[in-house]
Amino acid sequence: MIRVVLPSNLRTLAGAGKEIELEVPGQATQRSVLDALEERYPALRGTIRDQTTKLRRPMLRFFACEEDLSDEAPEAPLPEAVATGAEPYLVVGAMSGG
Amino acid sequence: MAPGWPWYEHRGTRMSKVRLLVGTRKGAFVMTSDGKRESWDVQGPHFAGWEIYHMNASPADPNRLYASQSSSWFGQVMQRSDDGGQTWAAVGNQFQYEGEAGTHKWYDGSPHPWAFARVWHLEPSLSDPDTVYAGVEDAALFRTVDGGQSWQELPGVRTHATGPSWQPGAGGLCLHTILIDPGNPDRLFIAISAAGAFRSEDAGQTWRPINRGLKSEGIPDPNAEVGHCVHRLAAHPSRPEVLFMQKHWDVMRSDDAGDSWQEISGNLPTDFGFAIDVHAHEPETIYVVPITSDSHHFVPDGKLRVYRSRSGGNEWEPLTKGLPQSDCYVNVLRDAMAVDDLDSCGVYFGTSGGQVYASADAGDSWSAIVHDLPPVVSVEVQTLP
Repeated sequence: MIRVVLPSNLRTLAGAGKEIELEVPGQATQRSVLDALEERYPALRGTIRDQTTKLRRPMLRFFACEEDLSDEAPEAPLPEAVATGAEPYLVVGAMSGG
Repeated sequence: MAPGWPWYEHRGTRMSKVRLLVGTRKGAFVMTSDGKRESWDVQGPHFAGWEIYHMNASPADPNRLYASQSSSWFGQVMQRSDDGGQTWAAVGNQFQYEGEAGTHKWYDGSPHPWAFARVWHLEPSLSDPDTVYAGVEDAALFRTVDGGQSWQELPGVRTHATGPSWQPGAGGLCLHTILIDPGNPDRLFIAISAAGAFRSEDAGQTWRPINRGLKSEGIPDPNAEVGHCVHRLAAHPSRPEVLFMQKHWDVMRSDDAGDSWQEISGNLPTDFGFAIDVHAHEPETIYVVPITSDSHHFVPDGKLRVYRSRSGGNEWEPLTKGLPQSDCYVNVLRDAMAVDDLDSCGVYFGTSGGQVYASADAGDSWSAIVHDLPPVVSVEVQTLP
């Protein structure tokens, strides 16, 4: 079971709670987690990554275990703590405000 | 634009309700009132935190609404309501250019790849609730025929021979205006900042520029075929060959479906502006909101004044009753004015200061429906039975 935390605007769009629990078949990678997320919440398609290229939208980041995974290969295994559900996988919007 | 188009043929039947669709920088609002238009019910924000560039309703099914929801962070989302805005569901949001996207000119004149950014304007078909045109940035025209589940480009706009020379206006290279000729739905008019106005006679397959008579000092050839920063087009449904235009500077008129244009700025205090619209029952009565200049995007002299011409242009009168006449420095954007179809034509507009003003007497007097919304991007109105 993978725990995913979305920024509030995407939680609202998906109609999801603060933390989403996903069953991800096979090895947990960023790609497989996001595939499972979009499968369950089709409204999120295109809001985190491009629907065709699957590239991350430029003003979003992916964090886990206090590490920035944004530029890691999408097929690379996620940390064990994320794969076991001990730590969440965070989709984070770039800071705004001022 | 005038959402009175769909109901034009039914004018004279008793209309008793209006519904405003207001898009803001931080969400959408739906406002309803009876035919008196004195007290309003305000619902929202829908899609809180998101930019709502435009909402519009199907003329064929007034409960069918579409909304363009976007964000610099999360991209484009399309929303649809089948119950007049009470509930919404996300529909298809993939806008993919057909074939090679090609390049247009960037601000510095260099070639820049065409890239989808957002949907600026939605124009539902006059007869089919599932068919909607979408004008997007970077400039292109899309259409859905399945109620928004999928969107296909009509590439004749973007691939026009002049496309590689188009440059964005300050707001981006946006296709922001779509007019459908009610007597001939194959005839479409669009406008792009900063390419100009275009007309199609074949339902959007092919396009020709219709900019003869425009003069723009900010481009190398002021009389060029394309390159003009057209801010908005408007027309009355009974005379779709008569077009009115608010250009970057200049208010213009065409009596031949855009083949030629004449300036009608007349006695306006400034002819810079964004919004323009036409009275629902008087095709020669038009409205603009003059803005100080392209470097001062606020109303002149601290006074919020709508200007009305009852002669199709050139002679304009300020409409000020109920509008702030001191210390006001708001803007009114291109899609933020609309007219209803009641016997006494209602006029509405929203401001960058978050006010939405309504006039139930064709502009003679105004009152604010709301004062403190996020900056208003778009206003449409439905006249309902």
